[in-house]
Parts: sequence; C-alpha cells; structure tokens
Amino acid sequence: MKDYDIVKAARSELRFTSVDFIGLTVKDFTELHGDRLFGEDRAVIAGIGRIGDTAVTVIGIEKGKSTEERIEHNFGSAMPEGYRKALRLMKQAEKFQRPVICFVDTAGAYCGINAEERGQGRAIAECLAEMSDLKTPILSIVIGEGGSGGALALSHADRIWMLEDAYFSVVSPESCANILWKTPERADAAAEALGLTAARLYELGLIDRVVRCDEIPELEKRIAEQIRELQGLSVETLVSQRYRKFRKVGY
Amino acid sequence: MELKGLFLKANNELENTGNLLKSRRVICRKCAKPVSVARIRKNSFICPECGHYFQVRARRRILMLTDKRSFMEMDREMESRNILGFPGYEEKLSAAKEKSRETEGVICGEASIGGSRVCIFAMDGNFMMGSMGAVVGEKITRLFEYATDRHLPVIGVTVSGGARMQEGMVSLMQMSKISAAVKRHDNQGNLYIVLLTNPTTGGVDASFAMLGDITLAEPGARVGFAGPRVIEKTLNQKLPEGFQKAERVLECGFIDAIVPRQEQKEYLDRLLKLHGF
Ligand SMILES: [Zn+2]
Repeated sequence: MKDYDIVKAARSELRFTSVDFIGLTVKDFTELHGDRLFGEDRAVIAGIGRIGDTAVTVIGIEKGKSTEERIEHNFGSAMPEGYRKALRLMKQAEKFQRPVICFVDTAGAYCGINAEERGQGRAIAECLAEMSDLKTPILSIVIGEGGSGGALALSHADRIWMLEDAYFSVVSPESCANILWKTPERADAAAEALGLTAARLYELGLIDRVVRCDEIPELEKRIAEQIRELQGLSVETLVSQRYRKFRKVGY
Repeated sequence: MELKGLFLKANNELENTGNLLKSRRVICRKCAKPVSVARIRKNSFICPECGHYFQVRARRRILMLTDKRSFMEMDREMESRNILGFPGYEEKLSAAKEKSRETEGVICGEASIGGSRVCIFAMDGNFMMGSMGAVVGEKITRLFEYATDRHLPVIGVTVSGGARMQEGMVSLMQMSKISAAVKRHDNQGNLYIVLLTNPTTGGVDASFAMLGDITLAEPGARVGFAGPRVIEKTLNQKLPEGFQKAERVLECGFIDAIVPRQEQKEYLDRLLKLHGF
C-alpha cells in the first residue's frame, strides 16, 4: 500500500472505532461523563473497566458509525471539554492507581469559534503537561487517524502503539500539499514526504509497536502484558522513563 | 531583497534591510502613511502615525526586554537537518537563514531584567514563520532544564505558525517534549512568564505558549489554535470581529494582561520583583 492509501484506509467509515476496541478489550466498561467545567463532549468516550484482571481507565476518541452517531460524536473531533474530561479521568486514574489506556482516532481537534473561545490550545497543552507527570502507566494506541495536536494530546504515553494501517501526522497530507505546492492534488506526494505511517514512525523510533491487523483478536492479552510490565516499575522510574522517551525526540 | 524606490512596503522587511534604510521611509501596512524607519525604531517598532505593531526580530526583542549587555546566548550553533529527506526543505532553511540572519527560529540564553537573573527565549517570525522543528524544541527544552537546575525564572516570547511540517512527527512531538520540561520547571516552584506576540498559533499555542504562570500578550496579537481560514472553511461562515485577537482571548479567560510594547520591560521587572527576584 502507498502511504496515501494508508491515510484513506485510516479514514474509512467501515473501520473499527474506539467503541469496538473497548468492546473487544475491556470488560465491565462503565462510562463516565463530563469535564466538571463546561459540559460533556461525546467525541471523547471515557470510563473505567477491566483489562485482564486489572481495573483501568479507558479514554477513546470516537467517530461514530451511522450518520446520526457521527453527528453525535462530532465526527471524532473533540472540543476543549473533551480533552478536559480526558484529563479529569486521568487524574482520577492516578488517584486510584489505575493504568490509563487511550484509543486515538481523530482527524484533529475541532476547529471552530466556540472551541477557540473555550481554549482549545490550552486544553491540549494541559493534557501534554499533566500526562508527562501522571503517576500511573499510560498506553496510547492509534487505531485509525492520528491527526496532529488533537491526537497528540492523548498520546503522551509510556508506550505508543499504532495499528499497521493507521497514520499519525503533524498535518493532513491535503493541507500540506495545499500549503507547500498550492494544490491538494499532490496529497499522495505529501503523505510520502511526511513519514506518517506506523512502519516509518517505528523506524524513526517515535512509536513503540506496530500492531498487525491479524493481532487484533488477541489485543486484550497484549495490552494486559504491557500494563503488567509497566506496573512492575516504580512510579519514579515510570515517570522519568516517560520524560526521557519524549526528551530524545529529534535529538 | 528589492530596495528600489523610496518606499518599501514593509512589515517584516523593516528589520532585514538594516542600515541601508536608516534614512528611508516605509509605508505602514495599516495606515498606509509613509513613516521614517528611524522614527519607527525609536518608537519600539510601533507606527508613530497609527500605532501599528511591526514585527520585531528575536534578537532585538531580547535587547528590548533585558538589561544592556546582559544577554548571553546559549546553543547558537545548533542547526536543523533534513531528518525526513523532505523535498525542498534545505532550500527553505537557507532562505530562512538569509531572511532572518539567524541559524534557527528561536534564540535562547541567560540575561538580567532590572538586575534579576532570568532565562529568556524569543522566537523569530522571519525564520519559516517561527515554525517549530527539532532544533527549536531542543533549544527551548534545554533552556527550561537549565533554568530548573538553577531555580531561574523563564521569560518566553512566542511568535509561531505552529509545528514545522517538513519535520513531520518529529516536530509535532516537540510539543510533548517542551511541555514535559515546562512541567518539571513548574514542579520545582519556578516562575514562567510568557509574552504572546502576533501570531501565536497551532502547536505552539497548544503547548508551551499556554503553560505560563503568567500569560501576557501584545495588543492586537493573534492567539489561537486553528488558523482563521481553516475555521472559516469548516464553518462556512465569516468570523466575528476581533476573533482570536489578544483582547478577545483575554475576555475568554486565557490571558492575564495585554501589555503595550513600551511598557513590557518594566512590567516584567515588576513581576520578577513581586516573586522575590
Ligand atoms: Zn501606521
């Protein structure tokens, strides 16, 4: 597959969404709502459940499936209150020493007047800063689209996994082509240049694992193993390893 | 650079033409009046006719905010590489170096303000629109780590279009890297004051620009996450007057104070003293 075909596959409406992955890997999922500041953003679904025999906090960016659902979930583009709900529940996870699992699938954080006026930039920045210091293990899995800052906000994790046909990019290939070459027609060339596939990002040392599609049925087991490994570390080691993981990016 | 003619249509170009233009005039892009460059310089790079804020280079910005001859630069030699082999990136970097007369989009170092020792960084809008790549991320991270080790305050001046596309995910993840360094600085009880200048957007807005203990902005500066054209296209509607302007962002609760350019140094001095420096 060419890189741009992977981007298109990652956007496919037929794909598994966060709800499917939660159904597949989390038992007794109990959804919790609201950011306690402004509202409830359905683009982010979050709650607690069990993976293996461990209680976990689960956060997923949800796109929805039917047209009705997609509207309800704002096509997977979160508002500031979505990121603030995620952060509230991550802090709660820290309190109860639950590991955090994030399923990332978004074209990007929502771009709108209301999102700007409620501080989209600040909401994302707070996720990055607070997750860098969260005293409990974090695993983020990009299951479809990893659209720029909106996806990065939930990816400040001890381990970042990506499905083999997911992408993670600083900018959409269409916008990149538009800005650099004044035409969205060259999105395929932009996709190639941006190095946005799981395989390439693994090669660059920016993600920790490429999950093959045929591994999905055993994903719960893989996650449980990963959580156990991270829980074996002291909190100090965990947090300082997480610092070093991002510290070395680009240098 | 085009130097023909008496007038130069200038905003950023004002600084690049250096001494050549000392006696010349520019057409202010806001009031369209011809103003002498010397007068603009004397007036903190504000149009004396209409109050328009011209963009200020990073190096001059630091001079304007710190005590005379107190600035000692750090990591000046660091230069970007084309990590991804992105087409045309080397050419863009050379053009940016020529335009800005700097090696990268941020200048970092130590200085004093009103006698208090501080770490300071200033981004440069002339270097690929202040975009953030690995070197910008590394320099700012090193500055925060240096300041954390020495319990020094950090003063940051932002101007940026966001993460630098040509470095792909490496540039996006600089947001994570810097935010983590800011958090460590914060955890140790250190002070971070950020001054937002026009424009501060994208990945810089969504990371260290929004993590200050105290957030100041220049009058009229555009501050926001998404570009206005992107929003207009998404919503298919015109944006309201003043949208993403510092004054509106303050009303929304994300800026502590708007500080005119002539008062910024004194303002920082006062804040530092109020924190016991
Ligand atoms: Zn003017």
